[in-house]
Amino acid sequence: MHLNDEERAMLAGEFGEARRWAIGHQIAVGEFFDAADLVPVSQAHIMGDTESLGEAGVRFLEGLAALPEAERRVRVPTLTDPRGLDVQVYQRLGQSEAMRDLEARAIAALRAFGVLMTDTCINYQTILPPVRGEHLAMGDTGVVIYSNSVFGARSNFEGGPSALAAGLTGRTPRYGYHLDECRRATHSFRLATMPHDLSEWGALGGIVGRACGSYWEVPLIEGVTDTPGSDALKHFGAALASYGSTALFHMPGITPEATESGRPLPNPPPHPPQAGEGRVGVIGRAEIDAFVAFYGAAGDKVDVVVFAAPQLSLVEMAEVADALAGRRVHAGTTLLVATSPEIKHAADRMGLTARIEAAGGIVAAGICFYQSYAGEMAEANGWKRLLTNSAKLVNIIGGYGYRPTLASLERCVDSAVAGRIV
Amino acid sequence: MPILLRCHRGIGPAVTGAALVAKDNFSARYDLDRKAGTFSRPSHKLAGQSYAGRILVLDQAKGGVATAWMLRDMKERGMVPLALVFNRVNPILAQGAAFGGVTMVDRFEDGDVTDLIRTGDMLRIGPAAGLVEILNREL
Repeated sequence: MHLNDEERAMLAGEFGEARRWAIGHQIAVGEFFDAADLVPVSQAHIMGDTESLGEAGVRFLEGLAALPEAERRVRVPTLTDPRGLDVQVYQRLGQSEAMRDLEARAIAALRAFGVLMTDTCINYQTILPPVRGEHLAMGDTGVVIYSNSVFGARSNFEGGPSALAAGLTGRTPRYGYHLDECRRATHSFRLATMPHDLSEWGALGGIVGRACGSYWEVPLIEGVTDTPGSDALKHFGAALASYGSTALFHMPGITPEATESGRPLPNPPPHPPQAGEGRVGVIGRAEIDAFVAFYGAAGDKVDVVVFAAPQLSLVEMAEVADALAGRRVHAGTTLLVATSPEIKHAADRMGLTARIEAAGGIVAAGICFYQSYAGEMAEANGWKRLLTNSAKLVNIIGGYGYRPTLASLERCVDSAVAGRIV
Repeated sequence: MPILLRCHRGIGPAVTGAALVAKDNFSARYDLDRKAGTFSRPSHKLAGQSYAGRILVLDQAKGGVATAWMLRDMKERGMVPLALVFNRVNPILAQGAAFGGVTMVDRFEDGDVTDLIRTGDMLRIGPAAGLVEILNREL
């Protein structure tokens, strides 16, 4: 891998131990993916919740955070993904003091690097939307796929250690979605129907993701006749990234790198062709309904209704408040809404938080449920059946012992009021 | 002569151990009970099986970003696979292996690694050279 003079000096420790560790880590990853060099990035975004950090990760951060300030400060704006708990609501969710203590240690360490504690997975909606061609080191799969696809920015999935490394060096290894040749479509899909709501946009992402099945595949989705809004593409991308480990999609007429005239040509597949690869998959009403029905459990008692994954936009917050319409959440059901700290402040100011909480719901800021000790919450609260309008959450949460069901926002709210899936 | 499989240059130290193989994918957050050291996602082909100390042979790395932190914590607690052998990984698993010092290789020349290796095979993984030896079987 080619290093310039400054990068060699970093590797030699001339900029301190934190940057020496960071560039060493980036070289190991870059060489694994045959990166030619490092590319400067304008933003980094760190997943640093304590459930994934663990004690080992927190101690690692504390070790670097104890270095002299000039050695540990990040070089580019560095944001954080959602945290493990919200100190305002953690007791109501059955989270422990030990979790809170570990969170406090992680936050103190991250602040010492000069990281901006945004605690959000919707920074592209709320903090600083990227621009086309901008190289980034984004640390949340939903953020990466939205930034790459909707804005035409360039990022790989950067796990917590790698995103921190990018913040410290101001660079990232140039492989994958930083390169033109990786950004061309490998799979084609055609929509024969339009999703009705956010849960169905997520279902569509799940269907395409399952069919792609690898980080290195890029789906092209044609036949999108109605312009989806930001929240629809947020749910679509998040589910696509979750089910498929996918980091980029093209939608002619919608996304900047897929115009009707300049349709990308399929790449040669990066591995031996699989059955069905290269064919156009047609997705209609039957496929979307079957995806949703797979998780169906009509009539079941519902333990927890979750609006999260990704965090809610202000518009989604208003939709939850409106759907509740002054009704009360059933005594045997918990309704949880997770959004970013910025949106929470706005929702407080506009009375949305008060309306949701008056109905018995819980509004949490800076968390995203599955990153928040979901297994321990299930145990502490006796939760099993989870209802959500997030296909991404449905995909993730089974591993934590939940039985998830996917439904529209309105059906989720009606079910929360009824205490069973309606 | 043991069977020799060539792959891309990998990450981490050389190791020798027993294989646990499935035609399925992998995410530490989505698929594992990291306290018990078992696969916990009911739909995973290794559901209920213990992975600690085994060489996991699977198809693809899937899912979220968290695996990048989790492998290091799993290793410190002694609840980590001995090595990860995949057809193709994503950046997160590579970053997690580099950060956690966990042996990992992918991109095999001879076809689908989940067909080439069987559960119980004794493997010697050489990441620096990009080699995997199946020690208990002859060519």
